[in-house]
Amino acid sequence: MAIPEDLKFLKSHEWVRVDGNTAYVGISDYAQEELGDIVFVELPEIDDEFEAGEEVTNVESVKAASPIYAPVSGKIVKVNEALEDTPELVNQKPYEAFIYALELSKKSELEDLLSYSEYQKFLEDAE
Amino acid sequence: MFAYLPQTDSELKEMLADIGAAGIDDLFADIPDKIRFKGRLDFETGKSELDVFRRLHGLAARNEAAVSFLGAGSYDHIIPSVVGALIGRTEFYTSYTPYQPEISQGVLQAIFEFQTLMCELTSLDVSNASLYDGHTAASEACALAVNSTRKADTILYSHTIHPNTKQVLSTYFNDLPVKLIEVPEKNGVMDVKAVKELIDSQVAALLVQSPNFYGFLEDYTGVADLLHGNKSLFIISSNPMSLGVLKSQGEWKADIAIGDTQPFGLSQYYGGPSVGYIAATEKLLRKIPGRIVGQTKDEDGKRAFVLTLQAREQHIKRERATSNICSNQALAALASTVYLSTVGKEGLKEISSLNMQKAHYLSGLVKDELKLPLYADQPFFNEFTIQLPGPARDICEKMEADGIFAGVPLNMLDSGYPENLLLTAVTEKRTKEEMDRFVESMKGALK
Repeated sequence: MAIPEDLKFLKSHEWVRVDGNTAYVGISDYAQEELGDIVFVELPEIDDEFEAGEEVTNVESVKAASPIYAPVSGKIVKVNEALEDTPELVNQKPYEAFIYALELSKKSELEDLLSYSEYQKFLEDAE
Repeated sequence: MFAYLPQTDSELKEMLADIGAAGIDDLFADIPDKIRFKGRLDFETGKSELDVFRRLHGLAARNEAAVSFLGAGSYDHIIPSVVGALIGRTEFYTSYTPYQPEISQGVLQAIFEFQTLMCELTSLDVSNASLYDGHTAASEACALAVNSTRKADTILYSHTIHPNTKQVLSTYFNDLPVKLIEVPEKNGVMDVKAVKELIDSQVAALLVQSPNFYGFLEDYTGVADLLHGNKSLFIISSNPMSLGVLKSQGEWKADIAIGDTQPFGLSQYYGGPSVGYIAATEKLLRKIPGRIVGQTKDEDGKRAFVLTLQAREQHIKRERATSNICSNQALAALASTVYLSTVGKEGLKEISSLNMQKAHYLSGLVKDELKLPLYADQPFFNEFTIQLPGPARDICEKMEADGIFAGVPLNMLDSGYPENLLLTAVTEKRTKEEMDRFVESMKGALK
């Protein structure tokens, strides 16, 4: 699976792709694997504002309901409506199926995020 | 299926031998000796069947039966005998939670039918397998509203809802950062203008009841729009029997409909059990509490039923759950389902209409012959509040001697009400003769 090198990660398994001043957020391959078949992705409301670390929404699989946090602070400007009818896209293409996008309010917060290799190391250490 | 499975001593010995136990005591071997109770439990060894019957019949004989005009949430309706016949079947009577769909299709289908019936009655999209009672349902609906809206922490509720609902709301939200604000009444119904003044960005929902605690019908024109414009939810509690003839919660554009299905197939049972129902718009499907049964296909492509959307429930969401309910009033809800299936749509319309007509017959006599005013000049369904010249309790006591339960004095359920207000209910079960007797008895009691 191709991992875009411009992705940043959180220990809570969210990834971030920055495009100008917008941060697209999804969940990692590890996360979708652990969750199992995803049956529902709750999409946040456009214009709602969040601080880094706040719970934005949640993802439901057959066996669990998992929170999705905001990796950085900002305002919701886009949600992936395709997930309403096809939530399984998150299982199939975890690094392409973004869940929501934030307009960044504090760009410096990006520096606190992990690189892909740092995230991988975190996963290995955790085992 | 057998209702009683006896075991002989030799069968018990055989079973114990099969698992390698010398006696019953061996089964408790894992309990440390020093915490085991060693004496004899202090209760009688048992009485004969005849002695038990004598005692229970003696207790039952102390009940006073009377013609009931009691209401306030629990009513004396006709219960077709098919209800008891079906719910008494051991497959339903003693079955546990249908977690294993492969052996529970009957139970699951019955629950699915219950959910469907609630949706049809309330004109809403989704429902659950039932809740404990109407007051729980009201509180769960408010909790749902608070959990759906990010910044809102306030629930507005009408003064005219049932006092027991107010008590349960208070218990539910006692230790949570949620504000409960009462909307005052005006002339026996909720003051809609006051809602306009109380609405702000903190309000998650407005909870109302119609028919209300006085029995009066409330006009919610414009209320849904007012709340939705503020991103708040509209929750309406209704006696489901009234939905046979009156406007449903969905038709009032409510987001959540709740109430108690006791009027459908359940006796008054000296207070319970009853059944809470909750129905909501599709949008709120993943937020409603409790059990939900869904329809699907088995591996042979045949229609089948299962518990579904379980990720909402407490045992999966755990500390992030928004409700601790993971059960339902299975048997009582089944009684309501059998009742509704038996009377059908047309039957329910007829029964509902009879309730309204008979209540209006009696209220007419109360006004014209007894010269007693109602609490307010408002339309009502099958119960109404009478203004008596003296304490309602005294009048009721006198009428009890005539074999009539005249109604519920409002201050019995909430001491804040004046002691002279009496809530009288008339169901399809009351005859003209019983109602005429009511009037004669009250006439005598008023002297």
